[in-house]
Amino acid sequence: MEWLERNVPKLVLAPSFVAILIFVYGFIAWTAWISLTKSRLMPKYELDGFGQYGRLFAAPRWDVAMNNLFIFGGLFIVISMAIGLLLAIFLDQRIRAEGVLRTIYLYPMALSLIVTGTAWKWILNPGLGIQETVRGWGFESFAFDWLIRPEMAIYTVVLAAVWQASGFVMALFLAGLRSVDTEIIRAAQVDGIPNHRIYSAIIIPTMAPIFLSAFIVLAHLAIKAFDLVIALTNGGPGYATDLPATYMYAMAFSRGDLGQAASSAMVMMGVIFAIVVPYLYSELRPRRDK
Amino acid sequence: MNIKSVLAASTAVMLAVPAMAEPQAEVLHWWTSGSEAQSVAVLQEQFKAEGGTWTDMPVAGGGGDAAMTALRARVLSRSAPTAVQLKGPAIQEWYEETGLADIGSVAEENGWAEVLPDQIAEHMKCDGQWCAAPVNVHRVNWIWGNKQILDENGIEMPTTWEEFNAAAEKLQEAGVTPLAHGGQAWQDATIFETVVLGLGGPEFFRQALIDLDPEALGSDTMKQVFDEMRTIRGYVDDNFSGRDWNLATAMVMNGEAAFQIMGDWAKGEFLAAGKEPGTDFVCAPTPGEGFLYNVDSFAFFEVDGDDKKQGQELLAKLIMGPEFQKTFNLNKGSIPARTDVALDEFDDCAVQSSKDMNEDAADGSLLPSYAHGMALRGAPAGAITDVVTAHFNSDMSSEDAVQQLADAVANAM
Repeated sequence: MEWLERNVPKLVLAPSFVAILIFVYGFIAWTAWISLTKSRLMPKYELDGFGQYGRLFAAPRWDVAMNNLFIFGGLFIVISMAIGLLLAIFLDQRIRAEGVLRTIYLYPMALSLIVTGTAWKWILNPGLGIQETVRGWGFESFAFDWLIRPEMAIYTVVLAAVWQASGFVMALFLAGLRSVDTEIIRAAQVDGIPNHRIYSAIIIPTMAPIFLSAFIVLAHLAIKAFDLVIALTNGGPGYATDLPATYMYAMAFSRGDLGQAASSAMVMMGVIFAIVVPYLYSELRPRRDK
Repeated sequence: MNIKSVLAASTAVMLAVPAMAEPQAEVLHWWTSGSEAQSVAVLQEQFKAEGGTWTDMPVAGGGGDAAMTALRARVLSRSAPTAVQLKGPAIQEWYEETGLADIGSVAEENGWAEVLPDQIAEHMKCDGQWCAAPVNVHRVNWIWGNKQILDENGIEMPTTWEEFNAAAEKLQEAGVTPLAHGGQAWQDATIFETVVLGLGGPEFFRQALIDLDPEALGSDTMKQVFDEMRTIRGYVDDNFSGRDWNLATAMVMNGEAAFQIMGDWAKGEFLAAGKEPGTDFVCAPTPGEGFLYNVDSFAFFEVDGDDKKQGQELLAKLIMGPEFQKTFNLNKGSIPARTDVALDEFDDCAVQSSKDMNEDAADGSLLPSYAHGMALRGAPAGAITDVVTAHFNSDMSSEDAVQQLADAVANAM
């Protein structure tokens, strides 16, 4: 009985532990193995060294995909956090109808990225959307054709993704702002410190953990971004808006080149590790002040 | 006949059936849209009429990508479907991976070798054995024109790329979009291969896109091809990015554009909209010599059990049967792979397609389409498409494109 009592938690957790071991770490190991083989249509298991990685880094399309990841990821994270923070601070001014506004800003998050992508595809299409509308108003020379310009198309993906995610970031920050001790703020106000100084010197620094969480959430959204690109540009024009995830999909499912797909998946995982590991490290290390 | 006797008869049939092995077929395909689904239904009915049990396994999406994923899962779990819609070198690629069933007995009994053009028959063989059956031949290098626009501007269907360019300039001056095109990689690749064929000729096409000869890929002719692609880019309207091919066809139909370069599945769109070949729209081979084909076929995987093997044999026989070849292709807009099917009911474009196929088969200019996965395996074909679409959608110079092409092909081997 006692034994049971002691071991119930372990027994209950065991199946999910085993499942995660197999379906997450097992498959990561399998992918790593495949990335070292000459697999094409079907998996082969004879090791062949790092040839697939060589092919990967020699492919201009992969370069474009990685560049796009940094452009998209960087802008998406920075802009979403900036807009989210700004909206949160405005909403924090005890304004009327805050609940309604908050819901409006948060709603894009409820949409599937496929819907977001398709809607923005129409909005940004020069023949249907904004450009055509503004020209219809009489501004004949107005041009907003980023969607079809290879060097600008990736920014349309940023635009749609920011629209989708900044409301969510706002909600995170709003919760953070509300959790700051009101006594400190009152004290500062009594001392006659201006509002912007209160935010920049007191509130935002105390919200540091929220920034970190928002960053991690947005960063992994950026790295696994797939459906938005598929719906918005389908990687085009040409392959100008390819991201690593769409590259991997194309190799695995359209080209019958499993080895290439596996090696690109491993590189993607490397990028995620580069971001997540420092985070985990900072979270898990024993805090000195305790 | 009253109900009782019908019941009695059907009971008798049901009782009689288990006595013989019943042909079974599970067929994996991605013909799910209107006319295509209709075409498969024809085969299904014929199969049932011969006493077989048909298990339909349609997997829609991604131009066959989803179906191939399903196939991979089935093969990995060692329960491959009886027959799978596969085409081109993918048949041989699968043969090397898993082996395919030998349907040589059916092929010899029915004299396939005599009725199929040699080039197409070759695609149906794995290591010299018959392992697949063709259902149709699509011609890829067609150029479609809006008759009214062409007549108004006094333009004939172009027979050289210079004529095409001249016609396009003229149309542009008249304020008409010369070429309806959808900016998807495979559509860019479709135009590219017709230009390769037109400017380089059949021999150059073979060297560059079938044999992947580095010399041909890096040649001046290839540079000219990319120059022409850049010129063609100028004839396309601004909103072409990501447009589906059938929307581009609709532009020609509605008089928003004059030409479209697309395989003969585009004809299905014209016909479905009630347009008449010769009066509303015109079809012509793209400038230059030769015939690029895209042949749909079914490959037969190795299966256990007599009922399934019988199913394969019956299916193979029916697919190549003149009756099915005719009905199927009337539905789908392509032409029969068999050369001995009467074409009385087919339209003029199909009749011309068939005539050209037979002529070009004789002089060696009947060639597999690279853009539609008939000439190359997935990886090299994809690598070429990447370069073509990157060049078409940017301001890359032809020199760079040729260089990238050679690198990409070498990298994909």
